[in-house]
Amino acid sequence: MELNQFLILSAFLFCVGIYGVLARRNGVLVLMSIELMLNAVNINLIAFSAFGRTVAGQVFALFVITIAAAEVGVGLAIVLLIYRNLRTPDLDAVDQLKG
Amino acid sequence: MLEAAWIIPALPAVSFVVILFFGKRFPKQGAEVGILAVGASLVLSIVTTVEWINRVNDANSGEHGLSAFFGRGFVASAGEHTAAVAPVINSTKWWQSGGVSFGVGTYIDGLAVMMLLVVTIVSLLVHIYSTGYMHGDRRYTWFFASLSLFTASMLTLVVAANTIEMIVGWELVGLCSFMLIGFWWEDPANSRAAIKAFLTTRVGDIGLMIGVIILFFTVHSFGVLATNTYASSPGAQHDLLLAASICLMVAIIGKSGQFPLHTWLPDAMAGPTPVSALIHAATMVVAGVFLGARLYPVLYDGFSIGNGGVNMMALVGGITILIGAVLAFVQKDIKKVLAYSTVSQLGYMVMALGVGAWVAAVFHLFTHAFFKSLLFLGAGSVSHSGTHHSFDMREMGGLRKYMPITFWTFLIGSLALAGIFPLAGFWSKDEILVNAGANGFDAFLIVGLIGALLTAAYMTRCVYLTFFGEYRGHAHPHESERSITIPLVILAGLSIVAGLINAAPLGIEKFTEYVEPSVAFPDLLHADFDYPKAILSVSLALLAIGVAAFYWFRHEELGSLKGLTQRSKVAHAGYTFLENKYYLDHLYENVIVDGIRGPIARASYWVNQHVIDGVVNGAGRGTALVGRFAYNTVDQRVVDGATNGLAYEAGAAGEELRKVQGGQVQRYALFLFAAVGLLSLALFLTNSL
Repeated sequence: MELNQFLILSAFLFCVGIYGVLARRNGVLVLMSIELMLNAVNINLIAFSAFGRTVAGQVFALFVITIAAAEVGVGLAIVLLIYRNLRTPDLDAVDQLKG
Repeated sequence: MLEAAWIIPALPAVSFVVILFFGKRFPKQGAEVGILAVGASLVLSIVTTVEWINRVNDANSGEHGLSAFFGRGFVASAGEHTAAVAPVINSTKWWQSGGVSFGVGTYIDGLAVMMLLVVTIVSLLVHIYSTGYMHGDRRYTWFFASLSLFTASMLTLVVAANTIEMIVGWELVGLCSFMLIGFWWEDPANSRAAIKAFLTTRVGDIGLMIGVIILFFTVHSFGVLATNTYASSPGAQHDLLLAASICLMVAIIGKSGQFPLHTWLPDAMAGPTPVSALIHAATMVVAGVFLGARLYPVLYDGFSIGNGGVNMMALVGGITILIGAVLAFVQKDIKKVLAYSTVSQLGYMVMALGVGAWVAAVFHLFTHAFFKSLLFLGAGSVSHSGTHHSFDMREMGGLRKYMPITFWTFLIGSLALAGIFPLAGFWSKDEILVNAGANGFDAFLIVGLIGALLTAAYMTRCVYLTFFGEYRGHAHPHESERSITIPLVILAGLSIVAGLINAAPLGIEKFTEYVEPSVAFPDLLHADFDYPKAILSVSLALLAIGVAAFYWFRHEELGSLKGLTQRSKVAHAGYTFLENKYYLDHLYENVIVDGIRGPIARASYWVNQHVIDGVVNGAGRGTALVGRFAYNTVDQRVVDGATNGLAYEAGAAGEELRKVQGGQVQRYALFLFAAVGLLSLALFLTNSL
C-alpha cells in the first residue's frame, strides 16, 4: 500500500462531500456531505500518522470524530427548527437574509 | 481580604450554579441561596473596605482603624495625599502563549472597594425586593440564578487586574442584561428590546476590544497597573493613547448609554423592574463609567484633559446630559422617565471624567446608585400594588394617599436626584460643577447647570403625575408588602446620608482620601467648595421645581399654556420630534439597518449627486471668477465627469453586489470553496515556480 492511494481516496471523498454540500437541497443531506468531508480529513490524518510513525494524527482524528458528533447534533437541531418554521427541509427556502 | 478578594465575585458565581441546578429543591425556590451569597459578598466587601482604609491610614500617618476614618475628617483639613498607597494586586498566570502570559487576579484599590460596596449593597436589596415583586412568576428560580450571575459578572469586572479580565466581566454583564431584559420573552416586544440592547452595546464592545489591543501593543502588558503607569509616565506615546482613548470612549458610549447609542437604555425597561434598578444603578451602565475611571490615565493623556478646552469625552457627556433630560419630559411611562434620567446622569459622570473631575465622577456614580435604584424600586412598587402592573403614568395619580411609604421614599429619591441640599445628589453633582469650572471647562459648567434645572423639572412632573391629583387607574391601590418597602426605606436612608461621605464644606473628603489612586495617576486639581455655584445650582433646581409644580398643580387655570402642543404648530413639531426620540431609532433601524441591504448604494448615489456635486459646482463658480476657461473645461468635463462617473459606478456596483448577497447559504459556500480552490492553485503555482 502506498500513501498516495489513501490520499486519492481522501481527495475523492472530499470532492464528493463538496459536491453534496453545494448541490444538495435537503438540509439533512448537506449535513451528511459535511460528514463525508470530515471523514476524508480523518483518512488523511490516519494515513499520514501511519506512514509517518507518529501517533499525533490518530489523536487528531479522534478529536475530529468527537467534534463531528457535536456538530451533527447542532446541525440537526437547526434543520429541525428550519423544518418546523418553514415546513420544508429545503435550504433554498432559507433566504430571509437576501439582499 | 485585600489579597483574597476573588472570593467576593466567586460567591455569587457559585450561587448561580447552585440555584440553576438545585434551586427548585429549596423551600424558597433558590431565592435564599442568592440572598445568602450576595449578603456574604457584602460582608466581605465591608471587611475589604475597612482593611483598605487601614492600609491608607497606615501609609499616611500610622493612625489606625475606623476611628481615623470617622475622626480625622472633622478635625484636620482632609484630602492631602501624603504617601503613595499602592493597590493590592494578587495575580496568577492563567495561560501562556508565545511569550505573552495572561494573568488572572484581583486589583484592589479605593475605586474597587467603593464599587464592591455599591454593587453588593444594591444587589442585595434588589434580591430582597425581588422575593416580593417576582412572587409567583413562572421562572422565579431562573430569575434569581440570573441575578446571581449578573452580580458575579459585575464584581468580576470591578476587581479585574488586567484588561482581558475586564473584557470577560464586561461581556458577561452584557450577556446577563440581555437575559434579564428579555426575561419575559413570550412578548415579542421584550425579546426585541433585549436583542436591541445586546446589539447596541456590542458596537461599544468592539471599541473595547480594539482599545485593549491597541493598549497591549503600546504597553506590552495587559495589566491595569502597567497600563496606567505607562500612560502617566512622561515618555508615553500620545498618538497611540489617543487612538486607544477613542476606542475606549466608544466602549463607554455603548455601555453607559451615551449619545448617540443611548437608545437601547429606555427600551431595556422591558425587563422586570428589579432588573432595571440593578442595570441602571449598580451594574451594566456604570460598567462604562467604571472603565473610564479605571483606565483614567489613558484617557487623561489621550484626550489631553489637563489642557482644558473641549474634548470628546466631555462633549459626549455634555450632549447626553441635555438630550436625556429633555426626552424625560415627554415620556408617559414612569420607568422611561427614570431611564432617560439615568442617561442624563450618566452624562454627568462621563462629562466629569472628561473635565478632569475624577473624584466627582466616581462620587456621583456612588450616590446615583442609591437614589436611582430607590426610584426604580419605587416605580416597581407603584406598579406592583398601585396600578396592576402598568407603568403608564396616565393610569396613576393620587397614589400618595394609598402608598405613603412608597410616596415618601420616592420623593426623597427625586429630591436627591434633583440635587437638593443636603441629599446625596447635591454633593456629588455640585462637585462635578465646581470642578468643571475650576479646570477651565466653563461651557460644561453651564451645561451641567442647565441639566440640573431640567432634572428638577422633569422629576417634579413625574412625582406629580404619579402621586398627586386624582387616581386615574382601574385597580385597587394599596401599600406594597414588607419585602418591597424595607429595601425602599434602606435606600432612602442611604440617599440622604451617602453624600455626606464626601461633603467638602464640612471638611470630609473621604473619596479624595481613600478612593482616588495615588500611584500611576495624573495629578488632578481638587477645586475648593464654591458657595456661589452651590447656591446657584440649588436655587436653579428649586426654581425648576417651583415652575414645574406651578404648571402641573395649576394647569387647569393656565388656559394659555395648557394644550400648547395641540395648538401651536412649532410646539407641536417640537413635541413630535421629542416623542420620536430625535428619530435616532428611525435612523438606526430604517436607514442604517435597512440601508445595508441595497438602498445604501442608491443613498450614496444620491449623496454623490446632490452633496458632492453641489460642492463641486460651488467650487466651480468660485473658479469662474478667476477664469472661465478653467471652469468650462476642467471643472465641467473632468471633475464632474469623474464625480458623476464615480457616483454612477458606486450605484451600479451596489446593484450588482447585492445580487451576491442572495441569502442562500449554499451559494456562499460555493464562493468559499471557489476562493479556497483559487488560493490553493495560487499557492501551488508560486511554490512550484
